[in-house]
Amino acid sequence: MRSRTIPMREVHVWELPVRLYHWINALCVTVLCITGFIIGRPIAISSGTEAYFQYWFGTVRFIHFVSAFLFFFNFVFRTYWGFAGNEFSRWYNFIPLKKCQWKEIMDVIKVDILQVKHKQIDSIGHNSLASFIYFITFVIFLLQCLTGFGMYSAMSSSFLPKMFAWIVPFLGGDMSVRQLHHILMWGFILFAIVHVYLVFYHDYIERRGITSSMIGGWKFIEEDVVERHNNETEDCPKTTK
Amino acid sequence: MENKQPSFYEEAKSDGISRKDFLKFCASMAVLLGIENSGVGQIVKALETKPRLPVIWFHFQECTCCSESFIRASHPIVANIVLDKISLDYQETLMAASGAAAEDAYKAVMAKYPGEYIVMVEGSIPTENEAYCCIGGRSAKQILEEAAKNAKAVVAWGNCASAGCVQAASPNPTGAQPVHKVISGKPIINVQGCPPIADVMAGIVVHLLTFDRIPQLDALNRPKAFYSRRVHDTCYRRANFDAGLFVESFDDEGAKRGYCLYKMGCKGPVTYNSCGIIKWNDGISYPIQSGHPCIGCSEAGFWDNGPFYQHLPGIEGFGIETTADKIGLGLGVATAAGIAAHAIVTNVRKHKEITNAPETATTIDNSKES
Ligand code: HEM
Ligand code: HEM
Ligand code: SF4
Ligand code: SF4
Repeated sequence: MRSRTIPMREVHVWELPVRLYHWINALCVTVLCITGFIIGRPIAISSGTEAYFQYWFGTVRFIHFVSAFLFFFNFVFRTYWGFAGNEFSRWYNFIPLKKCQWKEIMDVIKVDILQVKHKQIDSIGHNSLASFIYFITFVIFLLQCLTGFGMYSAMSSSFLPKMFAWIVPFLGGDMSVRQLHHILMWGFILFAIVHVYLVFYHDYIERRGITSSMIGGWKFIEEDVVERHNNETEDCPKTTK
Repeated sequence: MENKQPSFYEEAKSDGISRKDFLKFCASMAVLLGIENSGVGQIVKALETKPRLPVIWFHFQECTCCSESFIRASHPIVANIVLDKISLDYQETLMAASGAAAEDAYKAVMAKYPGEYIVMVEGSIPTENEAYCCIGGRSAKQILEEAAKNAKAVVAWGNCASAGCVQAASPNPTGAQPVHKVISGKPIINVQGCPPIADVMAGIVVHLLTFDRIPQLDALNRPKAFYSRRVHDTCYRRANFDAGLFVESFDDEGAKRGYCLYKMGCKGPVTYNSCGIIKWNDGISYPIQSGHPCIGCSEAGFWDNGPFYQHLPGIEGFGIETTADKIGLGLGVATAAGIAAHAIVTNVRKHKEITNAPETATTIDNSKES
């Protein structure tokens, strides 16, 4: 049997709201990508019949819109949690305003992406590169909501979609809005592929239990990293105090 | 102001149009404009008593399809409005006068009715080099700026004047601009379409005359009465859209059965116009009814959003047929390949970490293998 003895601490990193957000979000994005793709490129599943026998395309669109609302409110909630949650989920993790965050980004690129350097990355929450990518993803979330609700405003008279109606003239018409919405879908797909791979990669290399951390909330962190975090002598303390 | 001008009704009567036909016209205009019952009386009264509307109608970079559409309007009174009322002052295609006499005609209108006359524009205005469109030695821009200065409002007929249309399509060699990019500080009514529906044009004129103010406009300055719904929202093939019954090619069974033209590139879902309700040529038909997808002719930039028979526009720089999906798929494959390469390299370069403790953690590392 191969085993390793190493002083580790269990750290509660992701609170329940963050975990709930994550899985609702992942589910919504998956459903939105699948239904969105079908809306853009409907499959020829039936013909030779009359319209009053079926409603499948309407149903696909309905599912898209229901998940869209869920996705939107979930995203609004996560934004709020960026100001209310624990230190690992706060907004300052995601926006690299400090020099050391940029240094950590460079380090992660060298250590994990190009693999030209061997070093331990101190981060207990997201590392700076991951956070920054999530920030860009949040911007894409926002754009997707703007364009989605912008298109939706033409088929709804309710208050929320109407708030987004301005985006259509702003982008020069529904055609451009739809095009942008469709292009952004690929942003989601590419992100998800790389994201899931990197989660598995980190689990494989660091063995901090990162995959399950999004399920149970706990991560295994080396004793020394936790110590340095508590003394704020880690490479890049991210809190704003 | 003193005026001996005959009213619309007087003119129509002298053209042999019966009282009954006149009232029918007023009622249909009220319906089109979406005004309530009492509004019919207002329209009747306005057309009976008000003198004609002083109008100057310019043709800049255009194909005259808006004028064509207008004079082919089903109702004889509409033709009457154009041929006898509006064109009287200045309408380059239809007026009898030419040369200096024509120039004098519109200058006279400007002098006589400052703040009251309406400028109607067909066509876009070149700005790359103003010389691309000159009339009587002056550029379209100069003429429009001068005429708009004391105008009550400017009506931009069609896609050219509202959004630039084909002249403004990439690469827009003449730097063609719509009216609202050239004129500011005046109410501008964009009557979209290539061309706009004749009854819509007549409706705008009747509205201006009856209410002495411009109709309610949306964010793109289009009259709400005609442009607040998408072609898709009033399309009679919509049931097939919701049912997922699509025409797959122009000669298939679905085409014969009148299925939805979405997959043939129908732009109905992204186009605001009244084609589905008012239709064309005396309400006989409209493109979708004749089996052809909407090409989005009343939307800005519709030429550049082609090809017409494709759902998504091609992406510039990748060729006209290349859609976001093709590029996305390519990137997806590239990403998958990148991930595979990264995974292989990881197993080689991070061999130590994978099989043992992280190298850098050795200070507190008690790792052992057994
Ligand atoms: C992860 C997020 C989302 C993805 C990946 C996504 C993807 C897509 C795609 C690919 C289309 C088809 C575009 C086309 O016609 O080519 C679409 C259509 C649409 N989406 Fe989304 N979407 C997302 C979020 C949203 C949101 C938040 C809304 C807000 C209501 C929304 C509303 C719409 C609407 C209204 C349409 C047009 C439907 C139609 O034409 O019938 N989407 N979406
Ligand atoms: C099987 C699939 C997935 C797994 C195992 C997974 C796992 C994880 C884990 C472990 C983290 C924390 C990583 C870190 O610290 O950097 C995370 C964060 C995140 N994931 Fe996923 N994920 C999955 C799918 C998705 C999908 C489909 C999306 C949506 C596009 C998504 C969006 C995010 C976002 C936005 C964060 C940042 C969370 C926050 O701080 O709010 N994930 N994911
Ligand atoms: S034919 Fe065009 S406008 Fe009519 S329902 Fe289909 S997509 Fe919509
Ligand atoms: S159906 Fe579409 S393309 Fe055809 S006239 Fe109407 S708006 Fe223009």
